[in-house]
Amino acid sequence: MTDLALSRDASGRFMPWVIAVMVFLAMLALAGAMAMHQAVAGWQRGIEGRLTVQIADVTGQAMAPRMAAAVRELRTVPGIVRAEPLSRSAVEALLAPWIGRENLGAELPLPGLIDVEASGGIDLKALNARLAATVPGATVDDPKPWLERLVRLARIVEGLGIGIVAGIGLATIAMVIFATRAGLAAHRDAIEVLHLIGARDAYIASQFQWQTLRLALWGGLPGGLFAALTLGLLGFLGAGLEAGILPALAFGPAGWGMLAGLPFIAIVVATVTARLAVMGALREML
Amino acid sequence: MVRFQNVGMRYGLGPEVLRDLNFRLAPGSFHFLTGTSGAGKSSLLKLLYLAKRPSRGLITMFDRDIATTPRGALPAFRRRIGVVFQDFRLLDHLSALDNVALPLRIAGAKPRQTDQHVRELLAWVGLADRMNATPPTLSGGEKQRVAIARAIIARPQLLLADEPTGNVDPAMGRRLMHLFLELNKIGTTLVIATHDEQMIGEFRRPVLRIADGELHVEGDS
Repeated sequence: MTDLALSRDASGRFMPWVIAVMVFLAMLALAGAMAMHQAVAGWQRGIEGRLTVQIADVTGQAMAPRMAAAVRELRTVPGIVRAEPLSRSAVEALLAPWIGRENLGAELPLPGLIDVEASGGIDLKALNARLAATVPGATVDDPKPWLERLVRLARIVEGLGIGIVAGIGLATIAMVIFATRAGLAAHRDAIEVLHLIGARDAYIASQFQWQTLRLALWGGLPGGLFAALTLGLLGFLGAGLEAGILPALAFGPAGWGMLAGLPFIAIVVATVTARLAVMGALREML
Repeated sequence: MVRFQNVGMRYGLGPEVLRDLNFRLAPGSFHFLTGTSGAGKSSLLKLLYLAKRPSRGLITMFDRDIATTPRGALPAFRRRIGVVFQDFRLLDHLSALDNVALPLRIAGAKPRQTDQHVRELLAWVGLADRMNATPPTLSGGEKQRVAIARAIIARPQLLLADEPTGNVDPAMGRRLMHLFLELNKIGTTLVIATHDEQMIGEFRRPVLRIADGELHVEGDS
């Protein structure tokens, strides 16, 4: 039992709930930011030195000879180290997440795709002209311009996620300061008695600190657990979507470590905030 | 032990409630503090138990100038002072036992080291069967005895009591006064604030009489 009846305070009822919600939201926001960061890195890795040549379906012209001609032509271009045509099933697999596998019938005209890997700088304009002259309907698709726009958007979303985590952190600190100050006001007489009996500020602050730690544990751990379950569920549902463009919720040990550590960081921040708030307020008393 | 020189005190920007106080309390002395309501007794006690600082003048306690003592050093001085507040100021959610043990706990003593001592003292003030009761369930007299036990449990060098016998029957009042005399005999310096002129006359100790914020010392001090 503490010298101050802190367990009867109103903060004892609302603080665990608020911290649980804060931790839950912060973990989701952090997971979102991390998934975005990981997705951007994956996209950038994926297109480094990569081009796609697309052979449009042209009525009356067979796809296979035009694909073969394009591949032959590409392999003669200096700087291109690999040019591999994609099979129809591979093209269908790429399109399935967007238009649905059931819509990919044999009668659906699909473009031919050639995956190209280049080792150095390629003059895309010249390559485009050269291919168009050799193979009707062939165009070089450079993913960089649209990917850059996507990356910019992803970076904004990532920053937003981190901003939300920081905002939740600040809101938690403000809530703890408010609750602590309310507790100080409610127990002012008892605190004065403790002071007059010879208690140091640290003795009184430690009572608030341990009480806040208890409440933060009651809120932070269930909040974190619930967030982990939610992320697991989202990951499971996301995996079933076959939507390759969506960021995956697979973070590796460091990422999961950060997520798992967040409730404990929140608990420590709440506890330290309570102590500092009490110490600061007590300094104003005699 | 305590020396006041030209001490004045005011609350905020209000008028001085104490003016030009000059007196000393020798180690082991026993004084009564008396005066009409509103004369400044409580304010003087607040200066003595270090709840307030003077607005002017010099207060020397335990060979240290209190006015300039840093805030962080005050707890050590307060542990050498026992106070019986007029309104007891017990912590309502703690048992009588825990209330009395509070000064020892604050000083860092472990419960197993102090428990026996606390129980003995509570038994001595007649509360052997009320040790686990909380203040809201105690009578005024019982609360007063708990407050007295809390004030003396840590063997303070200076004991200040504000109307310590006001809520107890005459027999218990006499018993408590004899406890104070015993403490005084073993060297505790005492200041007892009271309105009870009969008690002052009976015990024949120096009197600090306060009127309109000014102090007059009567008897040998």
